[in-house]
Amino acid sequence: MKPPAVRYARAGDVREAVALLAEHGSDAKVLAGGQSLVPLMSFRLARPSILVDINRIGGLDRIEQDNGSLLIGAMARQRDVELSDVAAAAVPLLPQALRYVGHVTIRNRGTVGGSLAHADPAAELPAVVTALGGDLVLEGPGGTRSVAAEDFFTGTFTTVMAPDEVLVGVRLPRLPDRTGVAVEELARRHGDFAVVGVVAAVHLAADGTVDLVRLAASGVDSVPVRLHAAEAALSGARPTADVLEAAAATVDASIHPTDDVHAPASYRRHVARLLVQRALGAAVERSGAER
Amino acid sequence: MTELASESTAQRDTLSITVTVNGHAYTADCEPRVTLADFLRHTCGLTGTHLGCEHGVCGACTVLVDGRSARACLTLAVQADGATITTVEGLATGNTLNPLQEAFWDNHGLQCGFCTPGMLMTATELLADNPDPDAAEVRECLSGNLCRCTGYDSIVRSVLDAARRMRG
Repeated sequence: MKPPAVRYARAGDVREAVALLAEHGSDAKVLAGGQSLVPLMSFRLARPSILVDINRIGGLDRIEQDNGSLLIGAMARQRDVELSDVAAAAVPLLPQALRYVGHVTIRNRGTVGGSLAHADPAAELPAVVTALGGDLVLEGPGGTRSVAAEDFFTGTFTTVMAPDEVLVGVRLPRLPDRTGVAVEELARRHGDFAVVGVVAAVHLAADGTVDLVRLAASGVDSVPVRLHAAEAALSGARPTADVLEAAAATVDASIHPTDDVHAPASYRRHVARLLVQRALGAAVERSGAER
Repeated sequence: MTELASESTAQRDTLSITVTVNGHAYTADCEPRVTLADFLRHTCGLTGTHLGCEHGVCGACTVLVDGRSARACLTLAVQADGATITTVEGLATGNTLNPLQEAFWDNHGLQCGFCTPGMLMTATELLADNPDPDAAEVRECLSGNLCRCTGYDSIVRSVLDAARRMRG
């Protein structure tokens, strides 16, 4: 189908975008890459009265390192982040996870901010930002605020953003050198949304014990889930096969999958545990390598 | 300054946009809801860009926007204002097929031809970025383009053959 009739405004800067959103409330939708919004409109699942186009706002597409963190503007295209040396050096988990987002053609236009604001619980970027404890930067009529990833996502396609707030960027902590990262996903076809996805980062201390572990799963709840219990089981330990298995065994209590057309909840539980074990194993194996 | 700001935030039902397609500039009034695919087909009369699913799954409408592949059904025409577009009509020179098109011809890379414009445009970007892909890379690249006739083998063969020809 075709998108329904809609009005359109091009914001020149974030302040203008916020003013437009404040004027129209939840009738307005921010248009970034459009890779989720346009099909939702074509299906008539979304019928905004006005689109606020933020594509031409200068500086919203930056990818920068700053004070030990990686700052990505909301309009940075997924493909640009995937190919960015700056992003790869600071957060190597990011380019790896992005390869699972749709296809190159989708990533050419799809944006980091769009994927996070869309908040699909099966999507990769929300899982990465949740695993790493990133901060989402929002701008509204009252100014700018920063929200931790675990507080940002509140449900399927739902976030804490007010109707008059714009997501302007995300800040991710830089992973130390020699951190091993891994993405494990079960999907029907490459590029499809995952039935279950797991992202992991592991750093080993000089004595071979784990001194940093970050772990999150997608497709196992209405929001991406940081797997704190599994992280705790691994933290400070030597990552032997037994320890990895014990860490993966904690996953069952951390997730709340539901049955749907793609898979029953019991299968998602089984796969989540398996993928956590694989992702941790791969991240441990890759840790210690120069990047 | 104030005038500029109010100009940019004007809330419109239609917009005059200019898009350069295969070297020709098209200027037209356009409703915001019109996709780039419909703009190309209806306003520019370029019906080589095919619409299969109209929600970003089949890849038949793939075009190049400023040199990078995009789904024309997932791009609003107003977003392409000022952009340079290449469609399948821009590949051949007159009646002379380009090497990629020729390779599709020679390797039976199409049967009904509906998906072919999207296949060609997606492969165009791949070969520009990676002149020597292996079969797995071609398959991954084309995984977002659906073909209901060929079973893909002949398409993959066509792209690999085109890569060989283009490397010379």
